[in-house]
Amino acid sequence: MAANSLNSLQAASMDGVNLGVLTAGMVVFMAVLHQLSFEKPLYELEERLLKLESQPDPSPAEKESMRRMRVELTQMTRERYSNLDPWQTVQVSRHPDRPQTPDYLELVFDEFVELHGDKAFGDDRALITGFARLAGRKVMFVGHQKGRNLKERTECCYGCAHPEGYRKAMQKMEMASRFGLPIICLIDTPGAYPGIGAEERGQAYNIAVNLRDMSTLEVPIICVVIGEGGSGGALGIGMGDHVAVLEFAYYSVISPEGCAGILWKSSRHADKAARALRFTSKDLVELGVVDEVVPEPLGGAHRDHFKMATTLKSRLIESLQGLESLSSAQLLERRYQRYRRIGVFHENGPV
Amino acid sequence: MSTLENTDTSAKSAVKRPKRGVPEGLWLRCDGCGATVFRKQVEQNLNVCPECEHHFYVPTSMRIRQLLDPDSFEEWYAEMSSGDPLGFADRKPYKERIIDEQKKTGMKDACTVGRGYMRGRPLVFATTDSAFIMGSMGSVVGEKLTRAVEKATELSLPLIIVSGSGGGARMHEGIISLMQMGKVSAALARFRRANGLFISVLTNPTMGGVAASFASLGDIIVAEPQALVGFAGPRVVQATCKIDLPEGFQTSEFLLKHGFVDRIIHRSEMRSELARLIDYGSR
Repeated sequence: MAANSLNSLQAASMDGVNLGVLTAGMVVFMAVLHQLSFEKPLYELEERLLKLESQPDPSPAEKESMRRMRVELTQMTRERYSNLDPWQTVQVSRHPDRPQTPDYLELVFDEFVELHGDKAFGDDRALITGFARLAGRKVMFVGHQKGRNLKERTECCYGCAHPEGYRKAMQKMEMASRFGLPIICLIDTPGAYPGIGAEERGQAYNIAVNLRDMSTLEVPIICVVIGEGGSGGALGIGMGDHVAVLEFAYYSVISPEGCAGILWKSSRHADKAARALRFTSKDLVELGVVDEVVPEPLGGAHRDHFKMATTLKSRLIESLQGLESLSSAQLLERRYQRYRRIGVFHENGPV
Repeated sequence: MSTLENTDTSAKSAVKRPKRGVPEGLWLRCDGCGATVFRKQVEQNLNVCPECEHHFYVPTSMRIRQLLDPDSFEEWYAEMSSGDPLGFADRKPYKERIIDEQKKTGMKDACTVGRGYMRGRPLVFATTDSAFIMGSMGSVVGEKLTRAVEKATELSLPLIIVSGSGGGARMHEGIISLMQMGKVSAALARFRRANGLFISVLTNPTMGGVAASFASLGDIIVAEPQALVGFAGPRVVQATCKIDLPEGFQTSEFLLKHGFVDRIIHRSEMRSELARLIDYGSR
């Protein structure tokens, strides 16, 4: 409970919100906790079904009603989840039971050899890096870590990386480029850490260097937003050849709370900001910013980690196969153009 | 030759803006020392307070006159203006906001790029201006800067970008703005590979996505004194850390102390210092 409210506090504090506003954001998040408010009817039905199922020797009539309830539950889940509004999507992306980087390391990869440290300041737990094997292939893995319990979350700053995290990630990716290992980045962060130490150690500088240097790596880079794609903190490991988002993940220039705090003067309007920012998976494809939406299991990834991981694994292998045939020169040109073409502007006069 | 000679008529556009910069009237109050100073005197002093050396806001047209040789600046892509990819509206539709900002500032967007001469040295020169939606980077800023970097690469010219962006990536263009950070940074990677010299000049304020992309990628990074430069806004940092921020937090001097700025340069010295640096970085 405490961890959860702190998590929302962290998320809300990303971009220009004052403390008074943070408290409001906290209340909203505490109310939803593990059961998101729009999921309430689903949980109620599920509970009724469980009660019936736990009875010994059900009568044929009871069996029939259980069957109907299962059908109804599936339909209701499908209906709810195909009509999530952007703010509900954000809540799903932050769901405490949603699979996180360590879950995917366990379920998607055959092996993970963690490589710690940036050889300059420390070992940021919010970004984990190391060698991994994906269906027999050797790859370099980079991923945000949010933490599951209060202790882990504190250690990982709720998935908000410091400059040393970005530096560590860049060092490992640069090494991967020299050894010809493809890079897989799993993005899940409310944003880069906004603290005194982070500023003293060059948060802006280290993210900037990653953007520049990731564009020069001569191996395929696949980036997947698995939960929250929070601004520069996400892009800092997000300059890829193939960028995917999970169905209920979001990827935004600013957190909805932060945007609401600045433009609507209160984070209570986060739902409005969420709509305006157009950051859901569907929007991101329409805007030409991501290449692929990875579908989630019925009712969201938090309901079935295994199924989510299986889908992700097959998509990762597929995208990797598509990129492996390209020469490094082709890869670099393609990556350059991938970002070069993004932008919407008019040009009237002659150049 | 003194840089002062370029300032005679240049302050006019500064006084058009109601809130920031140099307010209208015969006298003005300095944000730095609180002293009431004669406006004319500030203008003649490159918009620097004669009492405390506080560096006031400088509009783009004036910046060009301060730094480049007279009439040497040839602007590129001047007509480029922003689309509205999200159909964004907060309390005002983005489309209207753009038009209002254009009327207010006389600029099409926050960024100006082109080529010019600095004490006889040819270069590609760009600025972001905090008067236009806080100098934030959307499609236009990203595209103009990327083209400027590509041109500098093609023409083998040194590149100077003067940043004045309190807004970082522009919220109103959402994820498209975030991607501009990647776009400009990738162009700078190619420029770097071609051994181009990039000098980044940080002015008040340079924050967020602008600081976390091109502004931090100079081979040499210089800053005006006391400029606010950082990633997260001070209020956000304060709210996260819940302790008083150290004195001078996120100023040019703070960055110098922590090793992220090469030199702090007074505005009156900027042109000659930059010209000197260019000579070291040219083959």
